[in-house]
Amino acid sequence: MLSSLQSEKKRRELNEKLIKSALILAAAISILTTFGILFSILFEAIEFFQLRSFWYFLTGTTWSPGVVNSEFGALPIFAGTFVITIIALLVAIPIGLGSAIYMSEYASSKLRDYLKPILEILAGIPTVVYGFFAAITVAPLVVKVAAFFGLEATFNSALASGIVMGIMIIPLISSLSDDVIRAVPDSQRKAAFALGMTHGETIKNIVIPSAMPGIISASLLALSRALGETMIVVMAAGLRPNLSWNPLEDMTTVTVTIVNSLVGDFEFNSPETLSAFALGLVLFIVTLILNMISLSLIRKFKEKYKVNTL
Amino acid sequence: MIKRKKKNKEHNPFYDPTLKKRHVSAKRFKKFTLTSLIFSVAFLAFFLFDMIGKGLPAFNISYVKVDVTFNEKTLEDTRFAVATEYRTLVSRAALRDLPKLLEENPTYMNSTQNIWILASSQVDQYIKNHNHNLKDKDIAKVDELYAQGLIEKRFNAIFFTNGDSKIPEYAGIFSAVIGSILTLIITMAVAFPIGVMTAIYLEEFAGDNKFTRFIEININNLAAIPSILFGLLGLAIFINLFGMPRSSPLVGGLTLALMTLPIIIVSSRAALRAVPDSIRQAGYGLGLNKIQVTRDHVLPLAFPGIMTGSIIGLAQAMGETAPLIIIGMIAFIPDAPSMVTQAATVMPAQLFTWAGMPEGMYIEKTAAGILVLLTILISLNAIAIYLRKKLEVKW
Repeated sequence: MLSSLQSEKKRRELNEKLIKSALILAAAISILTTFGILFSILFEAIEFFQLRSFWYFLTGTTWSPGVVNSEFGALPIFAGTFVITIIALLVAIPIGLGSAIYMSEYASSKLRDYLKPILEILAGIPTVVYGFFAAITVAPLVVKVAAFFGLEATFNSALASGIVMGIMIIPLISSLSDDVIRAVPDSQRKAAFALGMTHGETIKNIVIPSAMPGIISASLLALSRALGETMIVVMAAGLRPNLSWNPLEDMTTVTVTIVNSLVGDFEFNSPETLSAFALGLVLFIVTLILNMISLSLIRKFKEKYKVNTL
Repeated sequence: MIKRKKKNKEHNPFYDPTLKKRHVSAKRFKKFTLTSLIFSVAFLAFFLFDMIGKGLPAFNISYVKVDVTFNEKTLEDTRFAVATEYRTLVSRAALRDLPKLLEENPTYMNSTQNIWILASSQVDQYIKNHNHNLKDKDIAKVDELYAQGLIEKRFNAIFFTNGDSKIPEYAGIFSAVIGSILTLIITMAVAFPIGVMTAIYLEEFAGDNKFTRFIEININNLAAIPSILFGLLGLAIFINLFGMPRSSPLVGGLTLALMTLPIIIVSSRAALRAVPDSIRQAGYGLGLNKIQVTRDHVLPLAFPGIMTGSIIGLAQAMGETAPLIIIGMIAFIPDAPSMVTQAATVMPAQLFTWAGMPEGMYIEKTAAGILVLLTILISLNAIAIYLRKKLEVKW
């Protein structure tokens, strides 16, 4: 009797160990994925930099794959990415933050219940759909509006893709900022009211500064999303690397160039294909840094106000 | 005291000369926030309106009633089955399918039948008042036929039953839907168990040590890595290293699984955390071990939350395009794949291909496909929200 109990206990313990190791294995897959991404990109990128100069890649201004003396200077591509991303943030931050403030500070809870799902729908629209919308509806609109002001815009202007990309990241900024603003303790607001501040002043001087780490975190996350966004720019932005500040011109981005160098008919070991991985490496490093800063900011905010809901 | 009663502002110690201005400014601020919210909602309305306006016409397609001759000669070269003057009005693809029609109706052989047949895309676009490049004499013919009621618009079943085609009126979304289903089966088969197991480990078993924290940071990062980089991973590892077939739902599904993983982990963890500790303590009190408590009590209670997160993850994987383009899932696929190792395309990738086509009919089909995709995605999200509301246990 005793021995059977003991063997039953042993069996249970073994079972427990087995299951636990299976669970650890599953958890390790996420680490494996990150390193998989890092190394798969890193190795191909190193191969590229053995063929072409690393320094010229970062600072060169001519990107001409597929020709005899092909050059890979990615500066115009970085510039295009930068311009489109800045346009997106200029659209998304005021609108996203404004919506978040209205929803968390002014709207009744009933209105909120209706508004949240609407913003969730906006967040759930696939990017390929945004891309189609940018190319078919917004781009011609930009050309028309520009012509109205006597300006000339191309049909794949940076402005059109930037605006649509901005709309795409509105829900990201608004939902995260909304959560953060609501996490600011009510005692702070009440103290401000008691001192005679208007609601607007309370929000501007008390609530927003308190929520600032969270808002910056949301904006950085949105920035990282915009940098890595592919479909909108593939469908609506240009293919030509163009070093220019004029948002009405066509520009290309890192992601567009990655897609184009991989869907072309080049051999896998040609610098044309490998350049995609070099660009991918830059994108990975930049977004990783942005995500890290964003995550540490939000963690500090959580610790300061002791919230677990974010 | 008497002086105060005059409401003399200068003598009111609480009087603030800037008060009016401050209230105006507060109101202005409120208006600004409301405007930005209205903008978001208005954008959604404008966008849906635009897509419906562009996509709805594609659910109808024009048919034309013409004389079709069935004999040895016309079966050999189906172009001759229709009189010369109608040849440009009728779909080439529909003519190519005439032998199939004859098989269904053997009595048609060696006769001329007046039947409804699919019109060419140009006729269809002309009927719908879109851009077309019909010649003047064809336009006259179409107008004449239309006036006689010999051209009519019918429900576009072809769009739902056909795969992609180089002939615009014959292109449909069917093979892309099958491709999407196969890809998502792989995705969920991989991501769901691994995601839930990771969540269980992190919530129920792992202590607060360096390893756990490292995994957590990793998962949060993974959720924010640009999707296109997952495509590069799929290309370099699954295709080049493991030698899996390019463009296949297998590679696409695995790549999407890695992207969906963080979503499932985060929501499953939240669901597990919501189960109160008293349930666990009661289990231990009755002599259950950790695995029994987790498997028989905590997990079933957290299940609705886990399902909600998984459905949202599924919806997101369904709309993902960029990584699938990188691994080649934008091939031209006329026939639906039947195996996960065959070349396939998925719905959003199909839309991307069509959006790049010059013919107006493809643009219309892209918008229609978007409506189909959005309907599926919104229903999935609605199901998720419904599950969350209905099954969620309030502790």
